[in-house]
Amino acid sequence: MQQTSQPILSVRNLKTYFHQDEGIVRAVDGASFDIYPGRTLGIVGESGCGKSVTARSILQIVDKGGRIEDGEILLRRATGNGQNDILDLAKLKPDSRQARAIRGSEIALIFQEPMTSFSPFHTVGNQIIEAIRLHKPVSRTEARQEAIELLRMVGIPRPDRRIDEYSFQLSGGLRQRVMIAMALSSDPKVLIADEPTTALDVTTQAQVLELLQQLQEEKGLSIILITHDMGVIAEMADDVVVMYLGRVVEQGPVDEIFHAPKHPYTRMLLRSIPSILARPRTKLATIAGSIPHPYNRPAGCPFHPRCPEFMPGKCDVLEPELVRQGENQEVSCFLYEE
Amino acid sequence: MNEQPLLEVKNLKKYFPIRKGLLRRLAGHVRAVDDVSFAIRKGETLSLVGESGCGKTTTSRCILRALDPTAGQIRYRSNESTVVDLAELPKSRLRPLRRQMQMIFQDPFSSLNPRMTLFDIISEPLVVNNVGTPQSRRERVAELLELVGLPPEFMNRYPHAFSGGQRQRIGIARALALNPALIVADEPVSALDVSVQAQIVNLLLDLQAELGLAYLFVAHDLSVVKHVSDRVAVMYVGKIVEIAETSALFSQPRHPYTEALLSAVPKPDPRLRSQRIILEGEVADPAHPPSGCYFHPRCRYAVDRCKTESPELNEIEPGHFVSCHRANEIELVGVS
Repeated sequence: MQQTSQPILSVRNLKTYFHQDEGIVRAVDGASFDIYPGRTLGIVGESGCGKSVTARSILQIVDKGGRIEDGEILLRRATGNGQNDILDLAKLKPDSRQARAIRGSEIALIFQEPMTSFSPFHTVGNQIIEAIRLHKPVSRTEARQEAIELLRMVGIPRPDRRIDEYSFQLSGGLRQRVMIAMALSSDPKVLIADEPTTALDVTTQAQVLELLQQLQEEKGLSIILITHDMGVIAEMADDVVVMYLGRVVEQGPVDEIFHAPKHPYTRMLLRSIPSILARPRTKLATIAGSIPHPYNRPAGCPFHPRCPEFMPGKCDVLEPELVRQGENQEVSCFLYEE
Repeated sequence: MNEQPLLEVKNLKKYFPIRKGLLRRLAGHVRAVDDVSFAIRKGETLSLVGESGCGKTTTSRCILRALDPTAGQIRYRSNESTVVDLAELPKSRLRPLRRQMQMIFQDPFSSLNPRMTLFDIISEPLVVNNVGTPQSRRERVAELLELVGLPPEFMNRYPHAFSGGQRQRIGIARALALNPALIVADEPVSALDVSVQAQIVNLLLDLQAELGLAYLFVAHDLSVVKHVSDRVAVMYVGKIVEIAETSALFSQPRHPYTEALLSAVPKPDPRLRSQRIILEGEVADPAHPPSGCYFHPRCRYAVDRCKTESPELNEIEPGHFVSCHRANEIELVGVS
């Protein structure tokens, strides 16, 4: 079904490095993937795999010291006469007028920490109104009406009263809903959700995931869902990108990733997650060792020191490329070389 | 089953005062733990699960007397014949008992002093309790490091050189230094990456088999809980709503809250995209809990009786306790 439409956003060979006194951290080192209209792409990996930096690179809000070194971030935009033009976001200056116009309006972001993402000095309503007026020429009163509508849409009870509250007066679940309302205020095509439910309790997480699915259906949103939680990926994603130390090790449709994983890392990661479906008191499969520190990144395939299928002389010397496997799956591992 | 429990908690209550105004007048109480009872046997894992604010951490802190309980008993069997009530004991007499109960913390980064070497950290409980000589302590620390899967040569390094998983191993070694009988583990793996989490879960299971430890495992992640527990207690707004053997609780929950909690856990299989039960509204405020059953405003099985009458925790099958008026009438779905 992917072939029928064109991707709304294509990331090609993205490299984002951080230059620090101790050396260069290759946070994202050659990531490529596509996002299709109305679909959810899950990016999954453990800490340090570069999933958040990838998201920030797309929006050009990489933290200080970091820079996009190479690659393309192609956004497909309708020009109005049935044609599309393609804009390379990686070429824009981060603080240029055009980058700022796209950030927040065509591509919006919701963060993990709903507590720290709001200003405690302004009511949530004023913050949404500010976001609306930044992208649309409307009056304050109109913007306020619109903000109340947005809050109602994301399921906040009594939105006309909640709008005048401060973020600390709201529970974690409500704050995350307000953040989603704010992100949707400019009617974006792509929503990047960076660990949107990690700080929430499981029943609240279920509410927020349900809300995201419902909004996607209504608005045809493309969602990039970044998480470390394989369960959330299984529930939400259509396509999955698995990252390890800045590189995409495998990508494909969600069913293939869970039922026919190719890369040794994906296979081991899936076996090591605790499952609510497991027999009580059973041990978990483990991956030997731990994730290397970014300064001591292994040569060759970054996973080789922990890999049970390590081939000396190959995996520790050469870097594998992503190669196609079957219909839609891609894997970067020498086991699958022709 | 008929063995004497190691720890027996009876009608434990912990209320925090809410003070208001200039004169700090008492305006009410937050009932963080409200009449909780359970027991842990030697060598067993009991998990306390529930969402934030349900009182699971407060309960564990009361057991260690990091907090003084408002009411109730915490009966601990310190050896074959003596049972003491920790809730009443003055602090001075707690000290010798504290050796038998240790804690593992959630955050392996803030729970280790960065200015101390591993030897200092792990031997500190020995020094504080005057156990051994400097030489025997070195041997004990080496032994403990080996037990938790770290090379004894690391003894003279500082914690900053270690990853999250390794630090959690250091925290576990420290907890084991005095040969405790009971370990309270408050979210011990929730700050770790998946691949490291699996290593620590396995280590906890191995240590339990080897040393006969009892664990009180406090966690919100039901998947991890299923991998470590013999029995599970589900808490909601300061009360235990259901307690049972792990497999019974997961496959045949008898409380509507347990059912909703289980259904909300994302299953790691896209072919099982779940029939999630979406609970309406929010967790009740423990300062102003609802009337009757605290769960009734969000319960899809609630009837009039639930609004007025507070349910008791009843044993409806051997070893399976539930606090719900309708436990015998409704059919609930679990996971298996």
